[in-house]
Amino acid sequence: MFVNGRAVAAEPGMSVATLVAQWCPSAEGIAVARNGEVVPKSAWPSTDLGDDDRVEIVTASAGG
Amino acid sequence: MAEMADPFVIAGRTIGSRLIVGTGGITSLDVLDAVLEASAASLATVAVRRVDPAGRGGILDVLRARHVEVLPNTAGCFTAAEAVLTARLAREAFGTSWIKLEVIGDEDTLLPDAVELLAAAEQLCDEGFVVLPYTNDDPVLARRLEQAGCAAVMPLGSPIGSGLGIRNPHNIALIAERSSVPVVLDAGIGTASDATLAMELGCDAVMVATAITRCRQPVRMAAAFRGAVEAGYEARQAGRIPRRWQAQASSPVEGMMTLDAPPLDAPPLDAPA
Repeated sequence: MFVNGRAVAAEPGMSVATLVAQWCPSAEGIAVARNGEVVPKSAWPSTDLGDDDRVEIVTASAGG
Repeated sequence: MAEMADPFVIAGRTIGSRLIVGTGGITSLDVLDAVLEASAASLATVAVRRVDPAGRGGILDVLRARHVEVLPNTAGCFTAAEAVLTARLAREAFGTSWIKLEVIGDEDTLLPDAVELLAAAEQLCDEGFVVLPYTNDDPVLARRLEQAGCAAVMPLGSPIGSGLGIRNPHNIALIAERSSVPVVLDAGIGTASDATLAMELGCDAVMVATAITRCRQPVRMAAAFRGAVEAGYEARQAGRIPRRWQAQASSPVEGMMTLDAPPLDAPPLDAPA
């Protein structure tokens, strides 16, 4: 699968929550889109990821 | 004092300052913190970007510690679809339904794409967002955005980051005069006097990023903008004098002396004969 544009091996049964924990020190100020749709935080543990998924993990950055 | 009497309100929320700060271009979080303090801003924009694997961040912590509300933007989006997704992500990430909507037409000018902007605004308003669109200095488009349900309009003075100031003051004044939602001048501000002019033209607030973050002394400039926005607002409220083609003496004519002046070559009165 692709996470923030990088090819990443999807571990079997990996959830969005697990992925975020790997990528971010804290889930504060983080949002996730999977294949162009927002995955609400409440659905992170129950949303499993597969090889075809394109995931974006975003946060605040200086801008505007 | 005057702001207490006439608060700056967007979508029912009172904003403590008429200067909105953009964090784009800031060189460090320490500088950002000092800029926020000097500006007295109560609202600041952030962009939504991929998390940095190196773990850099903390901009939200700086804003929170200063009690500055986050205004996420959709900077970098070229289509309504991209902007709508970015707004939804921002709402999820930061817990705010406020969005500074930017949909640009090309990378050279960074000017808004009116068609995509309006489509995104309509969609986001339908979804319950408080939409503050970055728009052209076009009174008709501003009205269309207002009719779509936007909570404010943010017309540009000139292209983003250009520092060219307000290129069409007449249009900005028209937008301010005709709008029933707050007008925030956004983009193109180069220095403090540009912000003063925006307020004198009738804008409710000014948004400044580059002019502060990329100048030689950002903290000093932030303080200058704080004063400039307040000065423009106060001058606008005070009601300027009309412009005249000819002079109008400020000293009264009444009471003028009628003594004949001595010739210029006459000796001084106290000179010895």
